[in-house]
Amino acid sequence: MEHRIESGADALYMDERDHVATALRDMTAGETIQYRNSEGLRGVTLVDPIPFGHKVAIVAVEEGMDVRKYGEVIGRAVKSIVVGQHVHVHNIEGIRGRGDLGTKEAAAQ
Amino acid sequence: MNRTFMGYERANGDIGIRNHLLIIPTVICSNQVCNRIMQMVPGTVAIPHQHGCSQIGADKDRTFDVLAGTGKNPNVGAVLIISLGCEVVDPAALAEEIRKTGKPVEFFDIQSVGGSVKAISHGAELAKRMMADLEKQEKVPVPWNKLKVGVKCGGSDATSGLSSNPALGAAADSLIAEGGSIVIGETTEIIGAEHLLAERCVTPEISDQLYHIVNRFEDEVQRMGADMRGGNPSPGNIAGGLSTIEEKSLGCISKCGKAPIQGVIEYAENIPDHGLYFMDSPGNDIECVSGMAAGGAHIVCFTTGRGTPTGAAVIPVIKITGNKMTFEKMEDNMDVDVSDMLDGTGSLEQAGDRIWQEIMDVAAGKWTKAEVLGHQEFSINRIGPSL
Repeated sequence: MEHRIESGADALYMDERDHVATALRDMTAGETIQYRNSEGLRGVTLVDPIPFGHKVAIVAVEEGMDVRKYGEVIGRAVKSIVVGQHVHVHNIEGIRGRGDLGTKEAAAQ
Repeated sequence: MNRTFMGYERANGDIGIRNHLLIIPTVICSNQVCNRIMQMVPGTVAIPHQHGCSQIGADKDRTFDVLAGTGKNPNVGAVLIISLGCEVVDPAALAEEIRKTGKPVEFFDIQSVGGSVKAISHGAELAKRMMADLEKQEKVPVPWNKLKVGVKCGGSDATSGLSSNPALGAAADSLIAEGGSIVIGETTEIIGAEHLLAERCVTPEISDQLYHIVNRFEDEVQRMGADMRGGNPSPGNIAGGLSTIEEKSLGCISKCGKAPIQGVIEYAENIPDHGLYFMDSPGNDIECVSGMAAGGAHIVCFTTGRGTPTGAAVIPVIKITGNKMTFEKMEDNMDVDVSDMLDGTGSLEQAGDRIWQEIMDVAAGKWTKAEVLGHQEFSINRIGPSL
């Protein structure tokens, strides 16, 4: 997990395996914003408003799939997520520390 | 490296960066007497707490260990212990444990002295005499490799993992390169990122220990049938853009830098010399920082995205933010701003250097914002029920 921060983008993309980028300013629905990957600046048109510090999907994620940031799993999609959508507690959930799911095995499924 | 800074040399060779007279209540019943004495004698620090009686087993031991560890902290020059006289924490044993460091320790109990008024007057008299002796002590040059620094984050938002934590990690690497010690804690907040820390443990046994403490904590959450969400990430964390404990943890761990992990230590256990250590401790800010202070940390570097005033009783707490809005809104509480990392005008290396410089300044005597404002928070992490 290497931290690279380069200027000139609206959202920060941390690792080539990531599904999300983090907004570096408040962004509105409908605008096309830039993030930087290994190939250079890429554009994504926002479906939702994204507040500063929140995440936007830069690839589509199916329901039940792991979601990655920093190249690591940060949770699981509880519904399908399209490119440009706000990714937060309404559409992803943590897998760990979930005593409410009964057992670790149930949580992991 | 053998660069030096000016510090207070203790009888056992420990180095202090502050010279406090610490007033310890052995039990909640003596809090008020301790607080009154602190108000009457400038330069003293009291650590009121909720414990010291109706406790058993590991919980009783933990209270003793945290009080003893705080008294032994090298930033403390002398200790005054005040007990009620009938509690489970034995003031004589506590005094004896702290005296192993060679520092002056006095103790008495309120029941023998004859009530609160007499205890306040007797204690203030003692404290005044002890302060007069402490003030005679002069600083001497000491090497940097004596310094132990805790790294902590609290009131996190998305900027914590992106800017202030990696910047603190760079500063942590600088201290370890000088031969000093770094301690990271918050077992709760490495859930989902423990595999990355376990890879860095110097032996498979230490790696197993790290997995063990995380599993033990998660099993406890399981046993309670609780969903950690809503408690951690906290409502503030979620408003700041953090969605899950895993995301928070992945952002948390970068604050300890890249050094190998030399050991896993218990809450409030003495932090060994040289290198990076993990202390099994809660994410709760005050309980975690109090455990680090009891383990002998000289300073805690504390990153925050949302902003927090947290300080600590016997150690300076340096507040670092990577959120420009938070720095501007809460400048009263913030010591270092590393938000230029995110707008692209500053590098990670520059931000790390800025934190390292602040650590050097604070070790040399510069007051943190938390010290200026008189923040002396103290809290003992609990294990079991009261009787």
